[in-house]
Amino acid sequence: MSAIEQNAGAKERILARIRSAREAQESRRKIELQEIARHLDAHPRGPRLMIEDEAGMAGSMQARFLERARAMASTFEEVASMNQVPHAIAAYLIANGLPKEVVAWPEFSRLDWRAAEIDFASRPAAASDLIGVTGAFCAIAETGTLLLLSGSETPATTSMLPETHFAIVHADRIVATMEEAFMLVRGAHQQLPRAVYFVSGPSRTADIEQTIVLGAHGPYRLHILLVGRASHS
Amino acid sequence: MQVQSMHFKQRAGQKLADVRLQKNLRKLAEKFVTARSAAIAELDDFEATRDAAVERRNRVLATLDVWLQTFERNATAHGATVLYAQTHEDAARLIVEIAALHGVRKVTKSKSMVSEEIGLNHAFGAAGITPVETDLGEYILQINDNEAPSHIIAPVIHKDKEEISDLFARVHGLPRKTEITQLTREAREVLRGHFLSADMGVTGANFLIAETGSAAVVTNEGNEGMCTIMPPKVHVVLTGIEKLLPTLEDLATLMRLLPRSATGQQISNYLSLLTGPRRASEVDGPEHMYYVLLDAGRSALIGGEFQEMLRCIRCGACMNHCPVYQNVGGHAYGWVYPGPMGSVLTPAFVGLENAGDLPNASTFCGECAVVCPVKIPLPDLMRKLREQQVERGLRAKRERVALTVWLALARRPRLYALIAALSAHTLSRLAGKTKLLHWLPFGSGWTKGRDMPAPAGRTFRALYRMREQKKSNVGD
Repeated sequence: MSAIEQNAGAKERILARIRSAREAQESRRKIELQEIARHLDAHPRGPRLMIEDEAGMAGSMQARFLERARAMASTFEEVASMNQVPHAIAAYLIANGLPKEVVAWPEFSRLDWRAAEIDFASRPAAASDLIGVTGAFCAIAETGTLLLLSGSETPATTSMLPETHFAIVHADRIVATMEEAFMLVRGAHQQLPRAVYFVSGPSRTADIEQTIVLGAHGPYRLHILLVGRASHS
Repeated sequence: MQVQSMHFKQRAGQKLADVRLQKNLRKLAEKFVTARSAAIAELDDFEATRDAAVERRNRVLATLDVWLQTFERNATAHGATVLYAQTHEDAARLIVEIAALHGVRKVTKSKSMVSEEIGLNHAFGAAGITPVETDLGEYILQINDNEAPSHIIAPVIHKDKEEISDLFARVHGLPRKTEITQLTREAREVLRGHFLSADMGVTGANFLIAETGSAAVVTNEGNEGMCTIMPPKVHVVLTGIEKLLPTLEDLATLMRLLPRSATGQQISNYLSLLTGPRRASEVDGPEHMYYVLLDAGRSALIGGEFQEMLRCIRCGACMNHCPVYQNVGGHAYGWVYPGPMGSVLTPAFVGLENAGDLPNASTFCGECAVVCPVKIPLPDLMRKLREQQVERGLRAKRERVALTVWLALARRPRLYALIAALSAHTLSRLAGKTKLLHWLPFGSGWTKGRDMPAPAGRTFRALYRMREQKKSNVGD
């Protein structure tokens, strides 16, 4: 019999050992299950950073997000509307001597890329693609982090394979902490998407002599395009 | 991985004499220790966050069997398969079998200490499957004849760039690079080829989330994402049964502590929360997802005096701050987990009789307990292990004889006072004007590397008696 087929036995032996070690009685079990259900329903939160109070003014979350994103070696610029995104990307590519060929999530197909003289394709990125454009489900002010959710219209390869990653983030999608981000995900999706990627800056390593080098496996650059102004500011 | 912990003493001596290693190890304290203290200062309430983390981890451990079932139910509901392994061998066998089931020829791996524990690369090799380590540090070790990591989060802390330059030139057959950026780029290009041609990805999990049946994986390089999103048909998560957290909110709490304690980062670059295989409408993601949950000594800690060790989140802060680790490095410890946490885990996982001097590899300065984000009382646990070693007769004969003699003396106060007075006097004379002893009878191991401050010549009891007498004279 194969190890996979025998697995039920291994599971029962491990669980039995834990149970006997803590002398769990059948009568306790019902109470334990109730306690677990209560914790799962309540989602109690631990101590968090008081981000809005910190600056003591509206719009502090956006400032905090950008400050933290910069600390994680992301770059950013603020653009007034979605229509300006292709031109902003074109300017960045020219300034950094990069080719004007991008692969992007389908939702950005309707933007006028031709006007910005960008060669645009909407498909998952391949290993040879140099520039990827994605959106973000939301962003976290506490750490300067973007949340990317997997889905049919949001291939993960677009943010991982290319050397340059542009992330388009709406200013009113910035939340204070990871806890708020999870609340937003719960509100938008009945169940957790297959993958939730928290991305905080370009890929990096410090394995050799504790020296930080950007672009370990993923992007060398992460440029955030913050669209609009936060509605609460 | 074969246990070599019984050779700690001998190896520690070698490591102390290794000039290159000593230079490389100094970077650890300079970078990680400083960065951690700055990063924890950013938290509004570090102590309360630690307390919340302890509470969450204890909650799971108190009813671990029920939480495991909760996790399994939710992971299975999302299409993953959850398997259990009682021993290291069982886990390796399960993973090789999963690979065979899906016709896998090449596996990319994202660093997992549990995979070191079970000797997974060796098992793959024996089955004709090629494993490729994709964390830069782990990759360097793999191409250096499968050298063992010397730190759980900075696996090549013991090597400098010169050594790595030579290694790359030899193994890659390319012109020798000298800059760290060039070396990193070269590895990136080699590894990208492997990502694109692998059939299966194996990762560890920093946490398992019971509420959602997900694995949470932390990296800076993004190799975990590449291992699970590039061609792999299959994703295997290999981790210990104790890695559970109840909810996503609990993950948020622990994530405020893990990167800060590990590398001094406020957050790691990547945190991936993975829940089951590719869904119907998705264009990427693995077709199959398996969990292999390893026991191998963990369940035996439940309900016992070492249960608190199961809270460990593998951040490495204890080793970064340990004066012993800082001076001898990870290889001296002789198994997967070095430093103070390893001195407790190694005896727990491979037997006290195989752990040699590990419970003694501590100055008991207590720094490991001070920096532990989940407040594991590491010195207390090491003290308990020392007691068990004595009780089970596992200490060296010389040590046992010395303790027996001391015990006999301690029960005879007059004799004890006499011998103490004699020793203090003799040692003080021996030291002369320098007041330092270059050599100690029965203690040459200690004085080989440093001088011993000599006793003042009179014992505490003698001085105390004199003082009391003076007082009573004045009183008269």
